[in-house]
Amino acid sequence: MTLFWPGGKGDSLTIEGARVIDPTQGVDGPFDVTVEKGVITAIEPAGNVARGLVLAPAFVDPHVHLRVPGREDEETIASGTAAAAAGGYCAILAMPNSEPVVDSAAVLGALIEQAREEATIPTGFMASISQGMRGQELTEMAELARLGAAAFTDDGRPVVSAGLVQRALQYSGVTGRLLSLHEEEPTLSRDGQMNEGPVSAELGLAGWPSVAESVMIERDCSLAAYEQRSLHIMHLSGRESVAAVRAAQGRGVAVSAEVSPHHLCLTDHSVRTLDTNFKMNPPLRAEEDRLALVEGLRDGTIACVATDHAPHARHEKDAPFEEAPFGVTGLETAFAALYTFLVDRGELDLGLVLERMSTGPARIFGLPVPRIAVGERANLVLLDLDARWKVTEDGFRSKSVNSWLLGETLRGAVVKTVADGRLVYAA
Amino acid sequence: MTETPVAEPAVAPRRHLLSISDLDRDDVERLLTTATTIARSLDREVKKLPALRGRLVINLFYESSTRTLSSFDLAAKRLSADTMALRSSGSSVDKGESLRDTAQTLAAYDPDVIVIRHPQIGAPQRVAEVTEAHVVNAGDGKHQHPTQALLDLYTMREALGRLDGLHVAIVGDVLHSRVARSLIGALALVGARTTLVSPPTLVPRGIAQLGCEVTSEISGIQSADVVYVLRMQQERMRAGAAYIPSLREYAAEWGITAARLRPGQLVMHPGPMNRGVEIDPRVADSDVSLITEQVRSGLVVRMAVLYDLLTGGRAEARPALEVA
Repeated sequence: MTLFWPGGKGDSLTIEGARVIDPTQGVDGPFDVTVEKGVITAIEPAGNVARGLVLAPAFVDPHVHLRVPGREDEETIASGTAAAAAGGYCAILAMPNSEPVVDSAAVLGALIEQAREEATIPTGFMASISQGMRGQELTEMAELARLGAAAFTDDGRPVVSAGLVQRALQYSGVTGRLLSLHEEEPTLSRDGQMNEGPVSAELGLAGWPSVAESVMIERDCSLAAYEQRSLHIMHLSGRESVAAVRAAQGRGVAVSAEVSPHHLCLTDHSVRTLDTNFKMNPPLRAEEDRLALVEGLRDGTIACVATDHAPHARHEKDAPFEEAPFGVTGLETAFAALYTFLVDRGELDLGLVLERMSTGPARIFGLPVPRIAVGERANLVLLDLDARWKVTEDGFRSKSVNSWLLGETLRGAVVKTVADGRLVYAA
Repeated sequence: MTETPVAEPAVAPRRHLLSISDLDRDDVERLLTTATTIARSLDREVKKLPALRGRLVINLFYESSTRTLSSFDLAAKRLSADTMALRSSGSSVDKGESLRDTAQTLAAYDPDVIVIRHPQIGAPQRVAEVTEAHVVNAGDGKHQHPTQALLDLYTMREALGRLDGLHVAIVGDVLHSRVARSLIGALALVGARTTLVSPPTLVPRGIAQLGCEVTSEISGIQSADVVYVLRMQQERMRAGAAYIPSLREYAAEWGITAARLRPGQLVMHPGPMNRGVEIDPRVADSDVSLITEQVRSGLVVRMAVLYDLLTGGRAEARPALEVA
C-alpha cells in the first residue's frame, strides 16, 4: 500500500461517444463507458460519436514536488493533487526533498496522514536514500518501506558516493522498493546554470554539460548490474544518457527511465530569453538531445513521462537567471504540451504518449495499472483534442505559476478525471 | 521545435543598449560617427555640450568599477545631464527582488537613462522591464559589456582607418569575459575576422558558432592586425577550479611579449591589466599599445550612446552637439 487519499464511495457516470484508447487492451474505437460505484461495468459500441473526445486510462506521475512539509506557500498536498487531477492524473508520487527531508518514519507518517485527509487523488511519497539527503548514511529504509514509502530517491541532488548507491541497491532487496536516481556528477556540472554549448557560450552562463549526467548513469547501471538490482533514472536530458540507458538495457540491466514534457518539447535556445521559467535541472539541451529523448520514448528505452512538477514562489523565480531556483510546474499542462508540440506535429503517436503517461510509470513503480476494462476500478481521463486554451497565471490550481507555457495557446484539454472510482475533476 | 514557443520579449529597437545583439551594422556606424563628431567638439577649450541639459542619468553600479563608472559619469556631465551614482558594496549577492525594488524606487525620480553594472546576467534587462528609462548595460556578469565593444571598435577604426576585413586576435580568458562576448559580436557586425587564442580550459564550448576561429596556439596571433589581450580574471577563478595550472604557466604560454608580436601589430586591453601575467609591461607602455586611446574613446563613445538613446539618433538633433 503506497498510495494514500481520503478515498470513499465510488461515483457513477457514463461517458458516451468518446474514442476510447487503451494501449494495454489494444482498444481504439468509439465506445460508451459506464462506471457504477467506481467500477467500470459496461463498455459498449457508441451510438453517437463525440467529435474530438478521447477517453484513456488516467495518467500517473512518479515525479512531483509537493513542497510539504516546509514550503506550503509554494504547494500543499491539497493544491498539488488538485492540480494533478486537473492534469488528468489518477496517482502521483511526491519527492522527499522537503524541509525537513522525508527521511524518517515520523515525517513520512505525518505526510501519509495529511494525504488521507486532503489529497484529491491517490498520492504516494518517496523517502530519501540518505539521511537528510546528505549522501552519507542510508535512511531506515525497511521501516520507511513498511510504513508506505513508494520508492527511494535523493532527487534534487545526486548520490555522489558510488559506495552509497551500492549499499542502497543491496538494501533494496529488503525493502522491495525501487531506487530512483537524479544523475549529476557535481565536479562536472559545477555551478552550471544551463546546458553547456553554443547558447551558454553566447550568454556567458556557466554550462552544465550533458556528460555530467551520462557518466553517472553509466556508473550506476554498472552497479545495478553488479548487484543484480533494479534502478530507475529520473529526468533524462542528454542524448548520451539515452544511449547509456539503452546500452544497459541491452546488456540486461533492469534500468528504467523517465523524461519530462519540457525536455521533450524545448531546447536551450529558449534560455536566450533569460526567462527563469526556462531554468530547470537538468537543463534544457540541444535539438539533437531533444530528438534523442523523443526517439528514446518512442522505442521504449524511456518508458515513462514524468513532469518533475517543481513549484516555486513567484518572488524567488522573479530574479536574475543565475539567482533563480531550478524548476518549473507541469502537472496541469503535461498532456496538452505533449499533444500540441509533439503529437499534433507528428513527432509522436497519441497512443504512445497516453501509454507513457499511464501504464509506463505505473508498471515501473509497481502501482495499479489504469485499464479500461469491465470490472476494473475506474481510472479514466476524458480529453478534448479539439479544445484550445491559453495558459494563464490565474488558470492554475497549483499554488505556483512558474510554468514555461505561460501565454501559450495549447491544443488538447482535460475534460474529466476519474481516480480510483471517483470523479475528481470536471472542467 | 528548436525555437521557444514563447514570444520573444518585445524590446523596441534602440530603446535600450543591453547587448551588442540589440544593434545592427547601421546602428554601429551611426554611433561611431556621432562619437567622431563629439571627439572633434571636445578639442575645443570649453568641453561641455548642451545636448542633454535637464536630463537625468543614473549610474547604478553593483560591482566595483573605476574606469567604466567614471567614464559614464563624465560622459553624462560633458553632455550637461544631471548625474547620480548609486553603488552597492557588491559583497552580498543582490536578490532580484531588491534589484526590482531599487529600480522602481529610482524610477520615481523619472531618470532618462539608467546605466547599470551588475554581477548577474540579465539584470539590465530586468531593470528595463520595470522602468520607463532607457537602460544601458555597463556589464552584466559574464554576459555583455556593449559600450566596451563599441569603444574598442572606435579605437580600432581611429588607429587603422577601417574595420571591415580587419583581423583581431582576442587572447586569454574568454570563458569569464563579457568584454570578449561583446567584442566577438561587434566585430562580426562590422565584417572583421576574429581569432580566439586561449587555453582550452578557458574557451566556452561552442563559441565558434558565434563566428570566430579558435586556437590554443599563441602563434595564432601572428596574422592579426590587432592583438586584444583579456585580463586574467583571478577574482572569477574560484579556489580549486583549476582552469590553468598557474599564472606563471599562463604567462609563459600565452602572455603577450614584444617577442611574440610582429612589427605593425597593435595591442589593446580593456583594463585593468595584470602586468607581467597576460601582458608584458614593456608592451603595455610601448608605441604599439592603444590602451590609453581606449580610455579616451570610452568617453566619446559613451557620450554618443547617451546622446543616441535620448535623441533617437536623429540627425536633426545634431546641432545640440555645438559647444555651450
